[in-house]
Amino acid sequence: MTDKRSDDDKNLDEDGLSRRRFIKNTGMVAGGVVGGSLLGGLLTSQFQTNEETKTDKKQETSSDLQDARMFFNQNDFKVLQAATERIFPEDDNGPGAIGLGVPYFIDKQLAGSWGTNAKDYRERPFLKFNQVENMQQKDSENLPPNPQGAQGEDQKTNTENQRHQSRLNRREIFLNGLRKMNQLSQERFNTTFDEASEEQQIEILQDFESGKVKLKGVAAENFFILLRVATLEGAYSDPLYGGNKNMDGWKMKEFPGAQPAYTNKISQDEFAKIKPISLTDYQG
Amino acid sequence: MAQKLDKVDAVIVGSGWAGGIIAAELTKKGYNVVGLERGVDKDQEDYIGTKDELRFSRRYEMMQHLNKETITSRNNQDATALPVRTNENALFGTNTGGSGVHWNGVNFRFLPYDFEIYSKTVERYGKDKIPKGMTLQDWGITYDELEKYYDRYEKMAGISGEENPIGPNRSDKYPTPPMKDTPAIRLFKKSTSEMGYHPYHIPSANLSEQYKNPDGETINACMYCAFCETYGCDFGAKSDPIITVLKTAKKTGNYELRNEATVTRVMHDGNRATGLLYTDTKTGQEYEQPADIVVLAGFIFTNTRLLLLSDIGKTYNPKTGTGVIGKNFTGHFNNMTYLGARGFFEDKKFNNFMGAGALGATIDDFSGDNIDHSDLDFLHGFEVQIQTTGNRPIATNFVPKGTPSWGKEFKDKSLYYTNRNLYVNALSGSLPWQHNYLDLDPTYTDFLGNPLLRVTYSYTDQDRNLSRYAVDVCEKIMKKMGADTVEKDEITDDIEFNSSFTTGHFGGGAIMGNDPKTSAVNNYSQMWEMDNLFVVGASSFPHFGNYNPTETVGALAYRAAEGIDQFLKDGGGLLVKGNQVKSKT
Repeated sequence: MTDKRSDDDKNLDEDGLSRRRFIKNTGMVAGGVVGGSLLGGLLTSQFQTNEETKTDKKQETSSDLQDARMFFNQNDFKVLQAATERIFPEDDNGPGAIGLGVPYFIDKQLAGSWGTNAKDYRERPFLKFNQVENMQQKDSENLPPNPQGAQGEDQKTNTENQRHQSRLNRREIFLNGLRKMNQLSQERFNTTFDEASEEQQIEILQDFESGKVKLKGVAAENFFILLRVATLEGAYSDPLYGGNKNMDGWKMKEFPGAQPAYTNKISQDEFAKIKPISLTDYQG
Repeated sequence: MAQKLDKVDAVIVGSGWAGGIIAAELTKKGYNVVGLERGVDKDQEDYIGTKDELRFSRRYEMMQHLNKETITSRNNQDATALPVRTNENALFGTNTGGSGVHWNGVNFRFLPYDFEIYSKTVERYGKDKIPKGMTLQDWGITYDELEKYYDRYEKMAGISGEENPIGPNRSDKYPTPPMKDTPAIRLFKKSTSEMGYHPYHIPSANLSEQYKNPDGETINACMYCAFCETYGCDFGAKSDPIITVLKTAKKTGNYELRNEATVTRVMHDGNRATGLLYTDTKTGQEYEQPADIVVLAGFIFTNTRLLLLSDIGKTYNPKTGTGVIGKNFTGHFNNMTYLGARGFFEDKKFNNFMGAGALGATIDDFSGDNIDHSDLDFLHGFEVQIQTTGNRPIATNFVPKGTPSWGKEFKDKSLYYTNRNLYVNALSGSLPWQHNYLDLDPTYTDFLGNPLLRVTYSYTDQDRNLSRYAVDVCEKIMKKMGADTVEKDEITDDIEFNSSFTTGHFGGGAIMGNDPKTSAVNNYSQMWEMDNLFVVGASSFPHFGNYNPTETVGALAYRAAEGIDQFLKDGGGLLVKGNQVKSKT
């Protein structure tokens, strides 16, 4: 406790703000927009967690008990594990997709409303699939630039709107794609995808990425984009969703998570190494 | 059967900046006002402790969910428009406060050139400089006339800013000092200064210090926590309608905001608007809310669609260029007007995860008509900026060209360069064309069975030439900043609008001007054809300047509120007499 405490205090001094300083800087107590009791509760929990090292309550217990399948069957899940690990492999930097809990993250996401595209516009008519595919091929020659735009680099292709015209929902697209991966592995290598060698798995994934594989109802490259982005989401979203276990994704990326403030660090030239905070701790 | 409610002085569609400002101004003067907001009720406490990239930036918590309503989009009149089906391509605000809650907080005034763009272009370069098909128009108001409303907006929102060394006249300085600087901002300012340009801090609604506005509302000091874009502020430190104008309106006791109220029609008798028809989406009950004044202050798509659905004004015809409703759709687009150059640094790390939505620096040396266009193959210009918004880990995985987008090399390099890259980009002006417009879709409908709005938009050589020039400037600046590798975004000859609506910057559909033949509203945002109907927001922009739109929307809303008050005092009538003005179509 003492060791941990001093460790965290060091972080707090270096990178965070004292509670008093924080309140002074925001001017919250002096008549901010947030009610006093609510604010008091929030700030107390934000700073106490730092001081009390609540981070240790974490993952070995509660989150391991969440590692069970809600949506995929066992075989689909094995393919998913292998595919995500190839996209985001374990290396000297740290864990890969499996170690970060990415497959369970994707399973949970698909089991929820995201899996059925509940927020999306789903009214007919949908394009016939071959119309979507033709547009895809026409546009795939225009490789997208790499702008930041409003939302990061994953958003920008000429086919943006067209690639979301499939009548399949995300659950169906995943099952469709993963089962095709397994089938191809059987055909080419006489073994299941998860048992195939790394090189064999990569070869199949590349054929999805480039659209050489033909799926029904969705272009293989669009399934691949979905799989890739979902893998990154699982690696880097808050651990509350079941991925980014132990905040290892953030640690590799030197992302400090839900920090209350960088007021004292924002102008400095030196790179700031800051211990990450998850929402479990931030919200208290 | 719609249930008819008691009449009020004014009914407003939307509770974002435009609707909020008008609600505050009218209720302070004692008018009773009802606001109709399609989204749910939200307060600042809903955004405390929500630094959650997946929920807000990837699952679009604060955006209009498209299962109820979306838009359709296509590139030309011969194509079949497709619905925009996911929020990956549509970031439209909803809920109390609208887009004004999840915005980054960047505040620019448009330029004097913007408001008189047709006259000033002709004056400097002659009529032939304007290409055939470009429907350039003056706004029917000058910068000097709008200045006092800009000033009021800035004081209401507490904008933190530094004087622009080459900016237009200001009647007063910013109400709060500029935000802190960062190594990236210092590097950008030093490099651009040495190149002879005039850098300054981006004016920001993330406040540098706690501030009490003239209405008595308090906005806190920014913590630089980097969760602005697509998020509500954890600390009440980003100006938004909830903590300012809506709060002001509610305090008067004269404002009622009804949430989950989807407006479907403007009720009218052909000459006057009589109220709004809306559906309570919790119960399915339809209501008619009568009012002396009707204000459309939704997003541009909502405003334009309601006019079309209600058969108000002359629908624009892209073949003849006549009519006005739906005319001059413009905006900032993520594969054309938002491009730049990325620099990778081998030996230097930046704290890219820190920041604030509007924290950054910019130069205006290329904005509007600040450069001589005599020998250039485009009009208008661009603002070059470095933004330290705060890079979040799911969205930002930048790697040098040639790196695979997945696998071992991708993982290694994306981790390595996370804090070793910077991006300088240009926000370019977007000019109107006869062939780019809005109308109603013939096929797709919303959850209530009403036709969706349809966007028809394609790029022109004007866009491509302007963006190429802009990206070259970004590249030069990034090289000067000392990046080891500089990669500029490519603009190919056949790059086309990708039907992605993620920037939040769109304009037109119910544009303002001096001439009822070529504009829908006058400079009070008052409909020429229906004098008690006001259509407020970027829907009134005849073109899109090279800046973020919010402050201009805010200024126009203050002017509209003044006009509405005058209208009620006068007992009606047009606040401006329409003139036939010169314009080229």
